[in-house]
Amino acid sequence: MCYSPLVLATESARKSEISRHSAVVRVTHWLTVIAFVALLITGGEIVISHPRFYWGEVGNSGTKPLFSLHIPASRGTVPTGYNFVMPDQNGWSRYLHFQAAWLLLFTGLIYGIVGFWTGHFRKNLVPGRGQRTWSAFRGVMAKTFRRGPPDVADARSYNVVQRATYLIVIFVLFPLVIWTGLAMSPAFTGAFPWTVIALGGRQSARTLHFFLSGALLLFLIVHVAMVYLAGFKSRMRAMITGRASAEEERP
Amino acid sequence: MSAMSRRKFLRAGLVTTAGVAGIAAADRLAHRYGLIPPDGGGIYGPGETLNYAAQRLFASHAPAREFPRSMISKTPFANAVAPQSDAFKQLQAGGFADWKLTVDGMVACPTQFSLADLKHFPVSSQITEVACEEGWSYIAEWIGTPLKGILREVGVLPQARFIAYFSIYPDWWDSLDMSEARHPQTLLTMGMNDGDLPVSFGGPLRLRVPRQLGYKSVKYVTHLTATDSMKKFGKGLGSAAPEGGYAWWAGI
Repeated sequence: MCYSPLVLATESARKSEISRHSAVVRVTHWLTVIAFVALLITGGEIVISHPRFYWGEVGNSGTKPLFSLHIPASRGTVPTGYNFVMPDQNGWSRYLHFQAAWLLLFTGLIYGIVGFWTGHFRKNLVPGRGQRTWSAFRGVMAKTFRRGPPDVADARSYNVVQRATYLIVIFVLFPLVIWTGLAMSPAFTGAFPWTVIALGGRQSARTLHFFLSGALLLFLIVHVAMVYLAGFKSRMRAMITGRASAEEERP
Repeated sequence: MSAMSRRKFLRAGLVTTAGVAGIAAADRLAHRYGLIPPDGGGIYGPGETLNYAAQRLFASHAPAREFPRSMISKTPFANAVAPQSDAFKQLQAGGFADWKLTVDGMVACPTQFSLADLKHFPVSSQITEVACEEGWSYIAEWIGTPLKGILREVGVLPQARFIAYFSIYPDWWDSLDMSEARHPQTLLTMGMNDGDLPVSFGGPLRLRVPRQLGYKSVKYVTHLTATDSMKKFGKGLGSAAPEGGYAWWAGI
């Protein structure tokens, strides 16, 4: 084995760098970004065609809604109070919504299987023994709101609030948003009726799907804001190249 | 290139090759087993093919959900339709006595049925939900005769792969694969909630496809054709829906 001096020099320059995100985490992260943004935009377009929400099995323009969004609709049959109709974007929105959902599903399966296989969840996401307390949780929250300097450890691993949030997003919100989405499919619920009965009906599934999407959108906004506050360049570099500087920098 | 990065490079190459080969093999199998929908090309083709293939593989015999009588909606929603043509108004004036359903294409004996003829076939009813792609829904009882009985009567040839169906509206037509066409709940509907099917809900004759969204249940049906390919109809995408940007398979 012979190393060229150039390689040696590169190796020594990287001394102060650490490996932050594995290739699987990085690739599945960005695929999820693509799928989720597509789902969010097309989901919004689909809502515009009937911006009324109901509870139970059925609901339509002739029944009382649980609540309505005060926006114009893309269909003339919906009573919105506006006297104009938005352009109909449902066709391509529905095509892309399901295509992006498949991308999300396959990406999630690969991420989940590799995550359990490699111990990613156990090592990086399940809070350590000492962290699993409300006081640790409150401590992180208080420091975040004070805009205190980040711990050196923050560049290498996640704190308890991040870990709890990521676990909820990965194992609660995404599975639920996929379930409530499928519970609106007449073919899927025909094969698996309990998937919609357990939610209280098709319209309940649709309303829950809307709120779960809202929760995921809230996560996206806070996540991007925190990345910006923690140092946009270094965090982006870590999620693209996998490497992070061992010394923390300030934005 | 160091030994480490060469190994990584080789591994990435192997994973990519396996992935491409896997997709190519899946595509060949999907073609052989008829899992590609007529609108399975284009940029949304992969998603549409996955939707349809998943249904064919895992849910092709599952029935649509049925509901108790107590859940029938008091306010079913008829949705908007274009004004009726003079030809339709004339038929309506005659109480639809002259309404004809023509069944032809790849069948042993092409036949024209009047509504009275159709009422001689076994009566079937179902309390199922109409769900629109927009998001709203209602439950009603639908009364008619299963399409599969008509298909048996005319003797659909074994090479037929789709049943295309046409409304009295010139641009409103659709098609079903044979498993959906022969599904016991696919219903030539003439009655609704213990009365005649109202015109606003598709009367005198609507093809109810309860395992798919509302737009698949075409109103005012006058013509059925058995065919081995949907390429010959319209733009060859299986129905009028994809020509307006909507999916051919509407089970989701």
